[in-house]
Amino acid sequence: MTTKTDGGDAQRRALLVATRKGAWIFHDEGAGQGWRADGPHFLGHVISHLVLDPRDRRTLLAAARTGHLGPTVFRSTDWGKTWQEAERPPAFRPEPGAAGRAVDHVFWLTPAHAAEPDVWYAGTSPQGLFRSEDGGRQWAPFSSINDDPDFRRWMGTVQDGTPDGPKLHSIIIDPRDPGHLYCAMSGGGVHESRDGGASFSPLLDGLDVVEGFDRSDPTFHDPHCIRLCPGNPDRLYQQNHCGIYRLDRPSNRWQHIGASMPAEVGDVGFPMVVHPRDDRTAWVFPMDASSVWPRTSPDGRPAVYRTRDAGDRWQRLDGGLPTEQAWWTVKRQAMCADDRDPVGLVFGTTSGELWASGDEGDSWTCIARHLPEIYAVEFARRDDGVD
Amino acid sequence: MRVLIPSALRSYTGDRTWVEADGATLAELLSELDHHYPGIRFRMVDEQQRIRRHIRVFCRGRQLPSVDAGLEGADEVLIVQALSGG
Repeated sequence: MTTKTDGGDAQRRALLVATRKGAWIFHDEGAGQGWRADGPHFLGHVISHLVLDPRDRRTLLAAARTGHLGPTVFRSTDWGKTWQEAERPPAFRPEPGAAGRAVDHVFWLTPAHAAEPDVWYAGTSPQGLFRSEDGGRQWAPFSSINDDPDFRRWMGTVQDGTPDGPKLHSIIIDPRDPGHLYCAMSGGGVHESRDGGASFSPLLDGLDVVEGFDRSDPTFHDPHCIRLCPGNPDRLYQQNHCGIYRLDRPSNRWQHIGASMPAEVGDVGFPMVVHPRDDRTAWVFPMDASSVWPRTSPDGRPAVYRTRDAGDRWQRLDGGLPTEQAWWTVKRQAMCADDRDPVGLVFGTTSGELWASGDEGDSWTCIARHLPEIYAVEFARRDDGVD
Repeated sequence: MRVLIPSALRSYTGDRTWVEADGATLAELLSELDHHYPGIRFRMVDEQQRIRRHIRVFCRGRQLPSVDAGLEGADEVLIVQALSGG
């Protein structure tokens, strides 16, 4: 059944959920009716990211692979009724010899600047940066990063990356300038381009590395997630392997703002979420990074932490969340904010639960459970009717 | 020759288990398959021309080690998906 809506605010909100076993689209039914699940799409496929193009509000791209098959990108312009595979998925240039790299999976998708319709960027594992200029149909290696000897050294090998492969992520476009880009590599550090991506330079001042290693070498830096504040594009927040940081341009020096987190919780986690308008408000989801790095909620008691003053102080927000024996965590793409006032938040867990807040994190409600491990969540707004 | 398509790739072949394609080498066979079923080759072979980790190709009871393997005289090629975890 297809129902055309009157374009009401809540009815046009959707939540795009990427999981280890497929993708789901949750439609906000509005007026307290909750969320309607549409899925699974691509059951059994590993979906790393599902993103709507905010410029046309109809083009969806899904980064997909399966356990057996190579990576690809799927595209839909009818909200997942039909999907078309990219004609040329992201792939590295051929290299002679055994050292040639192959894309294992597309990890991150970013629509480009509003002035560049149909342009998208993709970050891959192993670390690579790719660009499409036709809405995700054809992809090509982008910038010098993929082949530059310094970057290749900083990327390290598969053994230097996260357990399911080293990644290029957090591709950020300055909303004031399509030629001003950021990206990050786990591992390999944070990098900035001011020439439209032709070249990138490390942006590492102030960031810590694991004790005993050289902090001037990008190899040893592990940014987990970076976000630019829509309300102030000169401010970025970063959740790093070594803590929470803030950068205020034009300074090149990151400030460690996680030191005021409770010592028993620490300031290590994966996601970083920023407020759509207030550059002093941000959210993190800490994980246990003690001893062998369990990467679970500290003490089995999950909580979001929020700052209202750009990181001077952090407030624990666990209203409605389990109070004990909850050993999941939230991955770097699996927490997001919408553009409403008050801001709505959602996070997805490694145990397949979706938790939502309509009051900027003060209280939480579980809106779905028993999904596969959740890799990414993104809010989206649609212009057309709701099916 | 006849080519066995594993279930994970039948979305490309219209759900057909067996298809027809020819080539003197596996590379040529896969190129012809990709001509008929766009995108199918890259799911099996990476950009460095390596057969992907969980794909196996057999001809005359033997596993083919690379896309350069010859297929002269073969009348059947089996493409299978190997174990890839839970």
